[in-house]
Amino acid sequence: MTSWFTSPADAGERLAAVDYLADDGIATSVFLAAALGKPLLAEGPAGVGKTQLAKAVAEATGAELIRLQCYEGLDEARALYEWNYKKQLLRIQASGEQAWEETHDDIFSQEFLLERPLLKAIRRTEPTVLLIDETDKADVEVEGLLLEILSDYQVTIPELGTIAATRRPYVVLTSNATRELSEALKRRCLYLHLDYPSPERERDIVLAQVPGIEAALAEQLARTVATLRALELKKSPSIAETIDWAHTLLALGRTELDETTTADTLGVVLKHASDQARAVKELGLPAR
Amino acid sequence: MSLLDRHVGFVDALRRAGLPVSLAEGLDAARALEVIDLTERDTLREAYAATLVKRPAHRPGFDTLFDLWYPPVTSGLHVSGAGRDEDGPDLATAEVPELRDRLAELLLNDAGATGDPAFGEFVRAMVERFGNQPAGAGRQNWFSYSVLRALSPGTLMARMLNEVLLGRDRGGMAETVARRRLADNIAGFEEAVASDVRRRIAEDSGVEKIARSVVRPPVDQIDFLRVTKADLARLRREVYPLARRLATRLTIKHRHGHRGRLDFRRTVRASLSTGGVPIVTHMRPRRPHKPELVVLCDASDSVAAFSHFTLLLTYALREQFTKVRAFAFVDTVDEITRFFAPGADVVEAITRMTREADITRFGRSDYGHSLERFAEKYGDAIGPKTSLLILGDARSNYQRPQLATLKRLAGEARHAYWLNPEPRAQWDTGDSVATSYGGVVPMHECRNVAQLAAFIEELA
Repeated sequence: MTSWFTSPADAGERLAAVDYLADDGIATSVFLAAALGKPLLAEGPAGVGKTQLAKAVAEATGAELIRLQCYEGLDEARALYEWNYKKQLLRIQASGEQAWEETHDDIFSQEFLLERPLLKAIRRTEPTVLLIDETDKADVEVEGLLLEILSDYQVTIPELGTIAATRRPYVVLTSNATRELSEALKRRCLYLHLDYPSPERERDIVLAQVPGIEAALAEQLARTVATLRALELKKSPSIAETIDWAHTLLALGRTELDETTTADTLGVVLKHASDQARAVKELGLPAR
Repeated sequence: MSLLDRHVGFVDALRRAGLPVSLAEGLDAARALEVIDLTERDTLREAYAATLVKRPAHRPGFDTLFDLWYPPVTSGLHVSGAGRDEDGPDLATAEVPELRDRLAELLLNDAGATGDPAFGEFVRAMVERFGNQPAGAGRQNWFSYSVLRALSPGTLMARMLNEVLLGRDRGGMAETVARRRLADNIAGFEEAVASDVRRRIAEDSGVEKIARSVVRPPVDQIDFLRVTKADLARLRREVYPLARRLATRLTIKHRHGHRGRLDFRRTVRASLSTGGVPIVTHMRPRRPHKPELVVLCDASDSVAAFSHFTLLLTYALREQFTKVRAFAFVDTVDEITRFFAPGADVVEAITRMTREADITRFGRSDYGHSLERFAEKYGDAIGPKTSLLILGDARSNYQRPQLATLKRLAGEARHAYWLNPEPRAQWDTGDSVATSYGGVVPMHECRNVAQLAAFIEELA
């Protein structure tokens, strides 16, 4: 499985080519995940580009992205596989004279198996990136379900036996850390903590994502957002919100981020009234 | 020392510092070393981090240890002047004002954050020149404060601000932003100096020796009573994420009832997929038990950090409790619920509370009198549905403890708990009456965020 990336630097460059600016930590983890054949667990606050990372890896390597969105109540039937019982019923009714033994063997075959994302990713022969999104939203039982897939890249279906991956998918798990994932799961993964970027990196991200913005304004934006994040806010602005802010300023035709402009557009980045009040006070903005 | 020995030693040092590194993870790290370019130090660091560090709170300790075990330079091999700027002053001989100019220039250019080699060179030269102090007879030791005293980077701020702002208005947003950036750069410089000093100490007296003393505990293990100002800010920043984490866990706990009344509609709906046979039954979720909470907290200076944090957390968890009322006392008691209105600012609430609430008569904590006053003025706050939560160290300056009053209050409440931020071993020493109070109200040791979180989960 060394065909994904040749070195951390290569990983960084190819991600940059699809407009994902990776720092050392990201590039190294992305490279290692492929080189060691281990899943990559990306954890961090909302809106720092965790899901985007998986999409970028898929785009950079030309692999297909298979996504499993986790939510409360997600179960085996939605994540892994399900027997198509309607079709099975029809088959039984249609069998008529056939002996039960034969019918039994018939209805538990590939034909009646409904693939869900995990099984699909395991069975694919082309390069695949499997994204298991917001793992922390799923119940604890789902983690147990994932363990077999993540450590051995295989799925056991009682009626069919064990299906091993013909070609190991590149697995990315994301989590917002609303709850601690189990030690067993973490141990099997490489861990990447994605945090808010440094102002230098954020400026580059804004320049890459928002065509037509001036470098000076991007720099000012990144610095201002870094200052906002240093305040004790309920919700710090995410990268996505910084980019929204940049779009907003462009749309308004502003070339400089001064006090009035900031006060007028603060709602783009801060979405709690108390956070806004705090920012107005700490940055010395004109009250509205 | 071979690469393998160093790897094993490093993993061992991490475990000593409290990072749970399993055998399998150590092997993963060793495998990662095979596929990366070992001459790239940043890649090496990230490879270790990806395989061994699985919790963000452990990352600072990891970085400190990594710098010790895999130092960027070693004094023996170090070639002076290799990465120096052509136009910079000669770092070994230049006068202090010249060096300060150079430092200001580096800080203004964000040299530390962008990884400019000149920055590292400057730091090392400065530690070489100023960090070496005689320590006892015939011994030398390295200190970072002597470097910082010689260069005093903090006093460069005003000058650098002038340069950045270039005559624009002072006091506005531009200044705040610039000040923030420069303060970060100065902190980066101080950290780089401290790191280089640690490296030199390690070279003189062995890595293992220093490794044991340099790693600070992760944020959820910090002792409430030994919290520093910087830690306090970090703790407060933890309030909302922690509250969110706790709330999720509590909701899950509430929802996961496999007993209870049958949800007829959902069961019948589910039976359609099995040909009308109800194989899987669905239950109605049980009505969540939401306690009314009365928090009575000691606001005297000795336990202030603890009380404030706990208060903030219970308020952040407001959805989990039907009603929270908070009271603070030093030697008399006042209601402080009004400062913690929904959406109120964290820092603001605390400052207003200390300024406006009427909780002090003589300024030394007196549990007995405070309990009396509470029973008298706010006794009706406690009813049969209330949980009473008392926060404090039970150090009452040898005043009468008024156990009977506490017993009556605890008897009226549905549950009563006492959280004590002191280690259990110190209870009953000096003026502490922990056991006497503990006999009336069950007392829990609550020294750090981890213990507090565990308690709240039990409470709700």
